[in-house]
Amino acid sequence: MPKNTFLQMKNISLLYKITALLLLMAFTSCEPTFTDIPADDEVLDGPIDGLSHEESARFLKGDFAFSEVFTRETGLGSTFVATSCISCHAGDGKGHPSTTLTRFGQIDETGNLFLNQGGPQLQNRALPGYLPEQIPFGATFSKFTPPANTGLGFLNFVKDDAIIAMSDPNDSNGDGISGVPNWIVAPSFITPKTNAISQNGKYIGRFGKKAAAFDLLHQTVNAYNQDIGITSIFNPIDVYTNLEIDPEIATSTVNDVVFYLQTLKAPIQRNQGDAVVKQGRTIFNQINCASCHKSELKTGYSPIKALSNKTFAPYTDLLLHDMGSGLDDGYTEGSAKTYEWRTPPLWGIGLSEGAQGGNYFLMHDGRANSIESAILMHGGEANNSKTGYQNLSQSDREALLKFIKSL
Amino acid sequence: MRLKLLCITFLFSVNFYSQIDPVLLKRTSKDSTKQALNMDAVYNRPFLNIGKTPIAVGGYLEANWQRLSTDGVSEGHQFQARRLTIFMSSAISKRVKFLSEIEFEEGGKEIAIEFASVDVEFNPLVNFRGGIIMNPIGAFNQNHDGPKWEFTDRPISATQMLPSTFSNAGAGLFGKKYSNNWMIGYEAYFSGSFDNSIIENTENKTFLPAAKNNPERFEEINSGTPLFTGKIAIRNSKIGELGLSYMGGVFNKYQDDGVIIDEKRRVDVFAIDFNTTLPKVKTFITGEWAWIKVDVPKTYGQQFGNKQFGGFMDVVQPILKKNILGWENAVLNIACRVEYVDWNVGTFKETGGNIGEDIWSIMPALSFRPTSQTVFRLNYRFQKQTDILGNPPATTAGFNIGISTYF
Repeated sequence: MPKNTFLQMKNISLLYKITALLLLMAFTSCEPTFTDIPADDEVLDGPIDGLSHEESARFLKGDFAFSEVFTRETGLGSTFVATSCISCHAGDGKGHPSTTLTRFGQIDETGNLFLNQGGPQLQNRALPGYLPEQIPFGATFSKFTPPANTGLGFLNFVKDDAIIAMSDPNDSNGDGISGVPNWIVAPSFITPKTNAISQNGKYIGRFGKKAAAFDLLHQTVNAYNQDIGITSIFNPIDVYTNLEIDPEIATSTVNDVVFYLQTLKAPIQRNQGDAVVKQGRTIFNQINCASCHKSELKTGYSPIKALSNKTFAPYTDLLLHDMGSGLDDGYTEGSAKTYEWRTPPLWGIGLSEGAQGGNYFLMHDGRANSIESAILMHGGEANNSKTGYQNLSQSDREALLKFIKSL
Repeated sequence: MRLKLLCITFLFSVNFYSQIDPVLLKRTSKDSTKQALNMDAVYNRPFLNIGKTPIAVGGYLEANWQRLSTDGVSEGHQFQARRLTIFMSSAISKRVKFLSEIEFEEGGKEIAIEFASVDVEFNPLVNFRGGIIMNPIGAFNQNHDGPKWEFTDRPISATQMLPSTFSNAGAGLFGKKYSNNWMIGYEAYFSGSFDNSIIENTENKTFLPAAKNNPERFEEINSGTPLFTGKIAIRNSKIGELGLSYMGGVFNKYQDDGVIIDEKRRVDVFAIDFNTTLPKVKTFITGEWAWIKVDVPKTYGQQFGNKQFGGFMDVVQPILKKNILGWENAVLNIACRVEYVDWNVGTFKETGGNIGEDIWSIMPALSFRPTSQTVFRLNYRFQKQTDILGNPPATTAGFNIGISTYF
């Protein structure tokens, strides 16, 4: 054995055996051997169950497009909010204050007064050599934290009459809660669904903080245009020049992204059998949180079989509610009042920290840093529920919070 | 066109000598100085002389199998022909040398002239180098030949933060001086530079390697301002080598056709590298650490960081050196690489929280060198990578077995 060897191995064959073993381990390594697949209920991304092979392939195409990073060459900007969809929806979860967007210029149902000055959305970033947009003098504004993408397909296919059935504009049942739909003017590229209900030429919006987007195509086209500065056949107006330009994205890509958003799975509740979680659920109903955060909705017909006639638990009613002066930013969309906000779905809220950099940024603009502080910011129609929460014992509060975190 | 020319030249040279009696082929000795600096790496390679011609040729091949998974998802087994590199040198006269290096990556998907320069010696301390030069930032960029390393993957910091094998058209001076156990060397070049792509790219982060994709960089400097790269290195035969290097210049196109279109924006890189062999135990330690500062417009968004840092350290321990399976002086090593990169150093304006976008990896390895010019490698990688928000990291792990050899 040479003197300069660090390890004086007497039996060389042992070394060969170790090497052979390592090689064998390497070649026979199975997929889960080295990294674990997260449990389905621990992540927000992934497709819904029951997609066909063709639908799964299309889901992946949409997923790829959702992650595409735009550059100057591919149409980014010249002013923008983000360079890709995924920038604002990491892991398909809620956004972060660094990607919060700003809308401005509308104070009532008569429409946005600043459309000719860059409204409704501020593009607060710009390519090198360009200046970002500024909020015009006199315009009121509100900041919106990007929402999670999960389960949107289920919400998309809730029938209009089911939404109207949940509304109670005159509070006829006297519970202090009077949800109303946001009646919006659908853009010309939208073909309303069969059985869509209209009122004076307006349709029910269901996506966005103010429920001002009719469906996921409407939402996606707006996001490409207003967030990334990408024109499409659906909306060919460039946000920087305000001129019509050639489409910067293929129609099929937009449709693939819409399909992807439709077929992202719904968040799966964790610890459902836990006694404290069950207790929290009971309290959730007792203090009337469930009056707006509905625990059960149903889809109607969907061309995607896996979404057709399904019951699901989003914890929203898709309606607008008066949330009080504390949450009135003086800005609105569609027919919503400035103090009205769409009930945000609570599903997936327990996984928000894992998408928001380890912290909570809740409410429409991320102002709440915990679930409890979000509850305490509720006002208006939710005032009774907030008082109900404040009157709970410490253990009941903890049970309620544990239930919400399990969603 | 350039590719065709290269192929024709290569095929011609192969055919021209294809009938040569192998006894006419002889190995040329490597750099005579046993304690070469990293800057000597381009010449410190085995070359094959053909008869009495002044031309010597050489090269190396790297191929491997790997199986990795990220968060339980694997692309399965992969066989990879990572690169075939061919170098040719020519002693034009006693003090004028030419050396070129052409690399075919991934089976020809990427073909590049990595190095093609003429060296003219005026004095050992004053040599002129001109042509396509390898910018001497850190140590790996110049000393990157696969057979010299115990790891199939190149360091993350040298490929995903600094651009590996980053070369440009340029010229400058280099020199060395010896005194007893000491050796000191310097290099100073002006060359082609980076471009806007380092902050406008599909990686969605500040990414210096994006500049390698610019095919115009060998004939046009994007900013019109040359990149300066300088390095000094000092070596003691008993202690080791320490290198300090700097690379910097204006990267963006701030004027076009005489019209100012943006501010001048700089990229500055500082690197430190070292290597040593511990006496008695013969442990070889090498590492490199780099800091990058890029002038990113404040209105461009925090996705593109203005500071980066990262590096790696390899520890290689020979554990057996003897006649193995008929190879004299074959060596078996155990080794480990530890590496870290932070592509976006800083905190979010909105929250004060740390910006993520970092990665760390540990890679234990076993390598077998039947000769010093050939290495069989078994590597295991364990890696954690966080997104910009600092969400729970993606875990990647798996094995890699490969061979790399000079020929």
